[in-house]
Amino acid sequence: MATKLIGERIKRKEDPRLITGTASYVDDIKLPNIHHVAFLRSIYGHAKINKIDVSEARKLPGVVAVLTHDDIKGVLKPMPCVGGVPDMHLPEHYPLSGGKVRFVGEAIAAVVANDRYVARDALDLINVDYEPLPVVVDMEKALEKGAPLLYEEYGENRGFTWKISGGDIDKAFQEADRIVKLRLVNQRVAPIPLETRAVLAQYQDRGVEGELTVWTSTQIPHGIRTSIASMLNLPEHRVRVIAPEVGGGFGCKVDFYGEEVLIPYLAMKLKVPVKWVEGRRENIQATDHGRDQINYIEAAVKNDGTVVGLRVKVLADMGAYYQLLSPAIPTLTGLMMCGPYKIPNVSMEVLGVFTNKMTTDAYRGAGRPEATYLLERTMDAIAAELNLDPVEVRMKNFIQPQEFPYKTATGLVYDSGNYQAALQKALDHVGYKKLREEQKKLREQGQYMGIGISSYVEICAFGPSAATATGGWESATVRIEPTGKVTVLTGSSPHGQGQETTFAQIVADGLGLTMEDVTVQHGDTAVVQYGIGTFGSRATAVGGTAVYLALQKVKEKASKFAAHMLKVDPKGLVFKDGKIFPENNPEKSVTLTEVGLAAYLAKDLPPDTEPGLVATAFYEPKNFTYPFGTHIAVVDIDPETGQIKFRRYVAVDDCGNIINMLTVHGQVHGGIAQGLGQALYEEIVYDENGQLLTGSFMDYCIPKAHHLPKFELDYTVTPTDVNPLGAKGVGEAGTIGSTPAIVNAVVDALAHLGVRNIDMPLKPEKIWKAIRDHAKK
Amino acid sequence: MKQVIQVTINGKPRQDEVEPRLLLVHYLRDVVGLTGTHIGCETSICGACTVLLNGVAVKSCTILTVQANNGEVVTIEGLATDGKLHPVQEGFWERHGLQCGFCTPGMIMAGVQILQRNPNPTEEQIREGLEGNLCRCTGYQHIVEAIQYAAQKMRT
Repeated sequence: MATKLIGERIKRKEDPRLITGTASYVDDIKLPNIHHVAFLRSIYGHAKINKIDVSEARKLPGVVAVLTHDDIKGVLKPMPCVGGVPDMHLPEHYPLSGGKVRFVGEAIAAVVANDRYVARDALDLINVDYEPLPVVVDMEKALEKGAPLLYEEYGENRGFTWKISGGDIDKAFQEADRIVKLRLVNQRVAPIPLETRAVLAQYQDRGVEGELTVWTSTQIPHGIRTSIASMLNLPEHRVRVIAPEVGGGFGCKVDFYGEEVLIPYLAMKLKVPVKWVEGRRENIQATDHGRDQINYIEAAVKNDGTVVGLRVKVLADMGAYYQLLSPAIPTLTGLMMCGPYKIPNVSMEVLGVFTNKMTTDAYRGAGRPEATYLLERTMDAIAAELNLDPVEVRMKNFIQPQEFPYKTATGLVYDSGNYQAALQKALDHVGYKKLREEQKKLREQGQYMGIGISSYVEICAFGPSAATATGGWESATVRIEPTGKVTVLTGSSPHGQGQETTFAQIVADGLGLTMEDVTVQHGDTAVVQYGIGTFGSRATAVGGTAVYLALQKVKEKASKFAAHMLKVDPKGLVFKDGKIFPENNPEKSVTLTEVGLAAYLAKDLPPDTEPGLVATAFYEPKNFTYPFGTHIAVVDIDPETGQIKFRRYVAVDDCGNIINMLTVHGQVHGGIAQGLGQALYEEIVYDENGQLLTGSFMDYCIPKAHHLPKFELDYTVTPTDVNPLGAKGVGEAGTIGSTPAIVNAVVDALAHLGVRNIDMPLKPEKIWKAIRDHAKK
Repeated sequence: MKQVIQVTINGKPRQDEVEPRLLLVHYLRDVVGLTGTHIGCETSICGACTVLLNGVAVKSCTILTVQANNGEVVTIEGLATDGKLHPVQEGFWERHGLQCGFCTPGMIMAGVQILQRNPNPTEEQIREGLEGNLCRCTGYQHIVEAIQYAAQKMRT
């Protein structure tokens, strides 16, 4: 592969429109006679609905429809859940609830009006007769006997029990020198894309064959099309879904939401274009939440720090319903419970629990940050218990570089890795030895400085289709136009990752063109062949590989044309600077423009060749990929206030081969910021009545510029052999690596006081209390 | 009762009749048709809707259009002159100061204001200057570098 553009820092092709305000997100799209939707949402965490009176709202001038559950029952199918696990209770879940509401923010009525202000006015005119029911928001309490039940028919709030194990866990515990126990709370957080969800639908009645067009802010346009078609009983080829600019997703836009079928339904029913743009309060109430696990951990260890067994019980809060993938998310925690370590005996039991809260589903990293958090906190707890350096415990347990491909006790096969090298590079970068010496001196002076290490391995590039809830392949088309310029179509529908640039790099490199010669299109089911989407760090490794494979096909055909025109052998032709020529004879060349034109004019085709220069590939990966790395946070803590100050933040990631260093940096930065947000600030809080106390940016704190340290980034490169690009994926690395690094740093800073754990978010008040409580002893 | 307002937007004067409750951001987006200014929270916190009103960066999601009467508004669409990017816009492109781009117009307007007030800000001053703007994608480091790039460019 030529390496002229691949690996370079190339500024993004998508940026000019985004920095000049000319890009179009869903809410920016104008259609004639557009109507607006507003949703009435439950104000109770749990209540029976005796009656909904919408008569006054219907009378308000400008209002054209008010919909409740009765209007959609029997018309729309229940919402799908494709991430199921065996033997689970599967509640019926409708876009508008009737009879009962189970969380604050659950939609119960939709108003359509010719003006967005009028639609909101009308909500005040709807009268709901609620009968409040007892609420349960705490998972441990939800599992107690006599707890209020969300679904009386199940007789319990346990949604499912899922187990995974490997080796002989009982034997491991018998043979251990010590058992290290921990209870960790991985709190509920919100993904918070800056663009809230938004849906616009238009139905064009073309006699018999109408066409429904839906613009939605999603990571998976084709999947949304399939779901809409299924729920509305429409043939899929008459539904077109467009994801224009998508203002961030972070996993919560991998879902299929009730609003995404209701808005199209209303557009068809009312025969006007209908738009809904989620408000921020709605977004925090009714867009997927993430994490929310309680981990009960038992590690069986030898006195030298070797971990011989790991037993974990997980309570995973599902919230009130399942969304598309909800039950599957904590199964990823189970699959990844060995992390980068050679732990021969493991077992995990996951209990999915219903509570009166919004549903949890995918959020950046989805299940793997939880695995890394429990594991990396455990490694530090083991080190503390055995009085060993946290580095020593990690090095002792790492899988060795020569052992790859490595099969874990949970049955995964890690492709390639060198965990020692990444940790060592991070230690060298931060100056670990010196820092430890400094820490010793500072402690003698009563000052608290902590060093937190987090080594991770993540499962990425989702994935082989057999092992994923949706298909795990990805598609691409590379089309050389008659001008010799190139259009690329990708099923990897981005939301800020920059595929228009990275995929253009791959193609421009392969064809010997410039970045300007290649355009990448995505996010429109009428333009792009079926695709899966962007999530699980799959864009480059799977989507990019599809592009690469389509490129090889089209190159082969272009070579045939060029050889025919040059009267040379098509094998081994070189593509460079817009020309094609035999390697040993650069003087004898044709331009790609000439080849393109010849392919479409088709006056003189090579034998057995069709006109045109287009190729499509559907790439099915043979395995996941397993990026890894080590993050180190160094913090100072003010003993008087519990306030944290960052000294250093060092990240060494290994995502295999890198296509564009600039966008990789961007992904890691953003990932760290989100993981840091969970470690220090972010927390979705419901009170005991199920009221959401963190329903706005006043109460839900996402990090601002001055909250964050300067990130010092470095890389090791261990390519994968799973795909020809050797790329593993990097979108979630920062989020996975950062959270435990920061918590480990804070706990380490207070370790000499006897502090062994503080649950996130590590607000100054909590840290201050931990200092006070332990200083007393 | 609708009210007549006169306002200059990106150098062009216009007159419109608006409801007193119409927010400036909805006026810009829905009436004027300039959709570069985004709505992220409707509570003045995220800063996606930041525009310059009479030279001062404001959150257009919590200002009524009638309050801008006789005023001068600059939005992201009015920042480039003669097809040439403003140095802050250029900085965002050069330094990868954006990913999904949704907060970006507001961030750029905030950056313009920071440099208007202090042409030579420290990193810490830039971070403090971005207090009113949220980004979920970038971790801010490249945004800070973008504004530093612009500062350097505007000084020379």
